Amino acid sequence: MAALILEARGLNRHFGGVRAVDGVDIALRTGEVHALIGPNGAGKTTLVGLLSGRIAADAGSILLGGEEIVHLPAHRRVRKGIAYTFQITSIYPRLTVAENVDLARGGIEDLARVGLADRAEQVAGSLSYGHQRLLEVAMGLALKPRVLILDEPTQGLSEGEVAGFRALVRQITPATTVLLIEHNMDVVMDLADRITVLDFGRVLARGTPAEIRADAAVQAAYLGGDDAAA
Amino acid sequence: MTARILALHLAVLAALFAAQFVLPSYHVTSLARIMVLAVFAMGYNIAFGYTGLLSLGHALFFAAGMYGAGLPALHFGVGGGTALILGLLAGGALAGAAGLLALRTAGVSFMIVTLMFAQAGYLTILYFAEYTRGNDGFPVPATARSLFGFALSGDRMRYMTALLLFSAAMLACLALVRSRFGRIMVAMRENEERSRMLGYNPYAVKLTALAISGLYAGLAGAAYALLFGYAGASFAGIQYSILPLLYVLTGGAGTVLGPLVGTAVMFWLTDIASGLTSAWLMVVGVALVALTLFAPRGMLGLIRERWAKWLP
Repeated sequence: MAALILEARGLNRHFGGVRAVDGVDIALRTGEVHALIGPNGAGKTTLVGLLSGRIAADAGSILLGGEEIVHLPAHRRVRKGIAYTFQITSIYPRLTVAENVDLARGGIEDLARVGLADRAEQVAGSLSYGHQRLLEVAMGLALKPRVLILDEPTQGLSEGEVAGFRALVRQITPATTVLLIEHNMDVVMDLADRITVLDFGRVLARGTPAEIRADAAVQAAYLGGDDAAA
Repeated sequence: MTARILALHLAVLAALFAAQFVLPSYHVTSLARIMVLAVFAMGYNIAFGYTGLLSLGHALFFAAGMYGAGLPALHFGVGGGTALILGLLAGGALAGAAGLLALRTAGVSFMIVTLMFAQAGYLTILYFAEYTRGNDGFPVPATARSLFGFALSGDRMRYMTALLLFSAAMLACLALVRSRFGRIMVAMRENEERSRMLGYNPYAVKLTALAISGLYAGLAGAAYALLFGYAGASFAGIQYSILPLLYVLTGGAGTVLGPLVGTAVMFWLTDIASGLTSAWLMVVGVALVALTLFAPRGMLGLIRERWAKWLP
């Protein structure tokens, strides 16, 4: 078994009476693409919020490369190597593309990786939606993270852009470990080495794409039997 | 690019230097006052225009500079240079201390908390009237109104001192906003959550910006006391929290020269209007409405948007 880059145990986060994340263990192997799936409200974004530090955990432990980081604020975790791209695109719309990636301590080479090098001087807010998402991914890459968390990166992208995104993820692994929240099952099944399925804040199943596809509990809770691409 | 920016700012300083030989003496004194207030506005702009911190309590930091310089001069007879530095430090220290608490809030709460701090500062000055002379204030002793043996009360020396302080403040501001840290300040203004997730500590960045802003306000307050010879509680009132905001909005938030332009325009507009009519506040009001309608980003903001994107 490959070494673990990120290992979280017993993560809990309750909002009032809602157990958004309820005793979740998750471990990322170095260099893998690990997909996190589950129905809306299953706790996926809360879970990666706990990992990235955007949300404080009520209980649990998070080891990054063997080092406990659960008490560190989000910005310190970023410096330690956990990068997060937002579910709702979050860039600096009034700054240029080059200034955006510069703030992530990157340069033109990071823009080139997502195909935005020729738009460096454009104001980021004037980019198309798909290009804004790619810019955010470029900013994530520019941080040269050990773990890159992508929160629904293909949402709203055209088919051609999705294909480009898949190629990009293949290219950045295994140098970077990727934790991918994704609703597009084609993308998940294609890219993921392993999949964790969340439901009601708990881990419902975990395994390779083939194992998840065959899992009866997953089919009942999420895939809905006949429509795997929902 | 950089040469053009530097040339523009040096040209402005040269014009200010020349102005004292051209303008009638009444306006020379006004311009000295404008330059000191513009330092205050420039500091305000660092917090508000660049970092996005809308403070309603900057009178506290201006007054900290004024009293930080004036009180030691009054009670201990310190000289002008020492008084100036004490005022500068008092402004920065108070802004840092206020920021430690106020920056736990944001947006409207931040406005209210800073407003309360400033009001508390104003009342403190009145409460300790035995030492501060309360509402009446006090004339700054002549011992403190000199620098390197030159009396600051003379027109020429006063103007040159104001210009010197303004030049230093403006060049420092230019260097700051063009530095790495300056870009991170703007990043906080534009998208704080994104900045946090790029590894920047929002609290630390904003606190530093606010403390720098306080240094500017403190320097301006101290210079005002020394150059114009008076310290009083009215300078700690709400009006002096609103004025720098007004100056910055008029001139252009987030531009280096905007505070100077805004201060000059508002100062002279008030000056001229109050000479013509007792309803001068209405003239100012009309000007502000016009500005909001036609140049919501301020005068230099408009120029930058339309014609000179390179303007820092």
